[in-house]
Amino acid sequence: MGKRVLLVEDEPNIIEAIRFILSRDGWRVDTHSDGASALAAVARHRPDVMILDVMLPNKSGFDILRELRAGPETKLLPVLVLTAKGQGKDRELAEQFGANRFMTKPFSNDEVLSCVRELGGAA
Amino acid sequence: MPPRTLTGTRIRARRSDLGLKQGALAVKVGISPSYLNLIEHNRRRIGGKLLVDIARALSIEPVALSEGAEAALIDALREAAGEEDGEGWTPASRAAAEIERLEEFAGRFPGWAALLAETHGRLREAERSVEALSDRLSHDPHLSASLHEMLSSVTSIRSTATILAETPDIDREWRDRFHRNINDDSARLAESAEGLVHYLDNSGGDQAGNAGTPQEDLEAWLAGRGYHLEEGEGPKASEEAALATMRGALKGAAAVEMGESLVRRYVREAEALPAEALLAAAQKEGFHPGRLAARFGLGVDLVFRRLAALPRDRLPGEIGLVACDGSGTLTFRKPIAGFPMPRYGAACALWPLYTALVRPGLPVATRVEMAGRAPRRFSAYAISLAQGAPAFGEPQVYEATMLLLDEGFTPEEAQTGALALGTSCRICPREGCAARREPSIVGG
Repeated sequence: MGKRVLLVEDEPNIIEAIRFILSRDGWRVDTHSDGASALAAVARHRPDVMILDVMLPNKSGFDILRELRAGPETKLLPVLVLTAKGQGKDRELAEQFGANRFMTKPFSNDEVLSCVRELGGAA
Repeated sequence: MPPRTLTGTRIRARRSDLGLKQGALAVKVGISPSYLNLIEHNRRRIGGKLLVDIARALSIEPVALSEGAEAALIDALREAAGEEDGEGWTPASRAAAEIERLEEFAGRFPGWAALLAETHGRLREAERSVEALSDRLSHDPHLSASLHEMLSSVTSIRSTATILAETPDIDREWRDRFHRNINDDSARLAESAEGLVHYLDNSGGDQAGNAGTPQEDLEAWLAGRGYHLEEGEGPKASEEAALATMRGALKGAAAVEMGESLVRRYVREAEALPAEALLAAAQKEGFHPGRLAARFGLGVDLVFRRLAALPRDRLPGEIGLVACDGSGTLTFRKPIAGFPMPRYGAACALWPLYTALVRPGLPVATRVEMAGRAPRRFSAYAISLAQGAPAFGEPQVYEATMLLLDEGFTPEEAQTGALALGTSCRICPREGCAARREPSIVGG
C-alpha cells in the first residue's frame, strides 16, 4: 500500500487531475472538499502529506492549517498549500500558519508531484 | 499660513530691472526701506493706494503687480514641494533654501513652474487611480470571485491537458473523462471571461449612470447633478418632477428603487429646510451644523444632508457627506477632495462616523487629518440615529451620517490638532495604528 495524500480541494476537475497524477506515482489519494470533513479524516487516519486549497466553503485553508498546527498529533504533518491566492501576503500568511510549501494555481503537474514526493520523504 | 502672492517678488524684479535701489523706491512711495523689504519678500500683503503708488513709481500698471492666477500656481508648487518621498524626506527638507525662493522661481520661469505644477497634479491623479484600483482589486467581491473562477478553470485545463499530452498510455476511460473535463472547463472559462469583460466594461463610472452597482449608478447620477436636485427645491418643488428626472437617468430597477427613496427624502427635507434659508443663516452665523440645527429646530442629520446639497458655487469650500448602516457598510458617499472614501470593503475604523455609530444619539465633532502624501484637514461632524419608530419585538435599524467641511470653512482652525485617520487599512500608510485590520500595501 502506497503512502497517503489527503487532498482538500473543492474543484472536482482539479481533484481528478491531481488524483490521476499522484495515483500513477503510487500514492493513495483521499479527497475532501470542506474543512470540517478534512479535519475529521485527519483525526481518523493521519495522512503522510496534505495538499490544501485556501478558498474553501465554510472554513478556509488557513483556518484548517491553524487547527492542524495546534494539535499535538498533526502539528508536524507536511502540508502543501495550493491556492489561486498568489499575492505576497498570502504566501506570508501560509508560512505564518505553518505551511511546509506554498504553490500557486495554475500549477505544473511535475512540480506538484515533486513537492509531494519531497514532503512525503520519497524524493 | 504661507504667502499666496507673487506681488512682492514682482515688485522686486521690476525694481531690479529698472536699476532702482530699494531705499530710493521706499522714499518715492513714502514708506520705510525695511517695510518695502518685507513687501518684496512677500511677508506683508499689499494693495490699495500703496500698490498704485509703487506701480506708478515703477512705471507699470498696478494689475501687473497684483496677484492673479499665479497664486494657485504657487499653491500647487508649494504642495509639490511639501510632499514626502518614500523615505520620509521632502524636497523641502533637502533644499529648504530653494523653497524660500519658490515665488521667485514661479516669477522668473512661469512656463517651467506651470509644467512642474501640472506634472505634479497628474502624478497625484495617477496615485489616486492606483489607490482606487488597488482598493477595488482587494475588496470588490465580484471581481475577486470572477478571477478565482477563471484561475480555477485555467488550472484544471492546464493540468488535464498536460496529463493528456504526456501520458501516451492513458486508458480510454480516463482519456474520455479528461476530454469532457477540458470541454466543461473551457466553456466555464469562456463564460467567466465574458462575464468579467462585461462587468469591467460597465464599471468605468461613466456619466450615463452605468457605474456598476445600483449604489454606484445612483451616486454617479447625483454627482452629475452636483448633489443638488433643483426640481426638489424652492416654491416650485415637485417630488414627481424630481422622481421623473431620476427615473429617466437611471437604468437598473435596483438603482431606481434606491433613487426613489433618496429623492423622496430630499424633497421632504428641502421643504423643511429651504436652501436659501439655510444659506442665509449659515453665511450669517457660520456653517456649524449643530448651531444651524438648533437655529431651525431640526435634526442634525437633516442639516448635514441639506448642507451637502447646497450648490458648490455658493459655498466657501467643499462639503462631503458619508453615511453607513449598523454594519458599518457605506450606504452613501458624496466625495470631497483629500478625503477618499473606499468603494469596497470597510473604511477606517477611526472615522468619527463609526464613533457616532457606537454612541447612538450623541453628536460627534472633531478635526480630522486624512493620511496621504499631502495630508488635509477637515471639520468632521457625525451622528447616529435610529431609523423609524421603535417597536416592541422588532429590530431597530440605525444610520450614521458624517459631514465633512474642508479648510475653506474654517481656515483659522487649519493648524489646530486633528485626529489622524485614513481611508482604509490596505491603502493607509500610518504605522502603529491601534485600529489597523490588515497590513498596508503603501509605504509609510
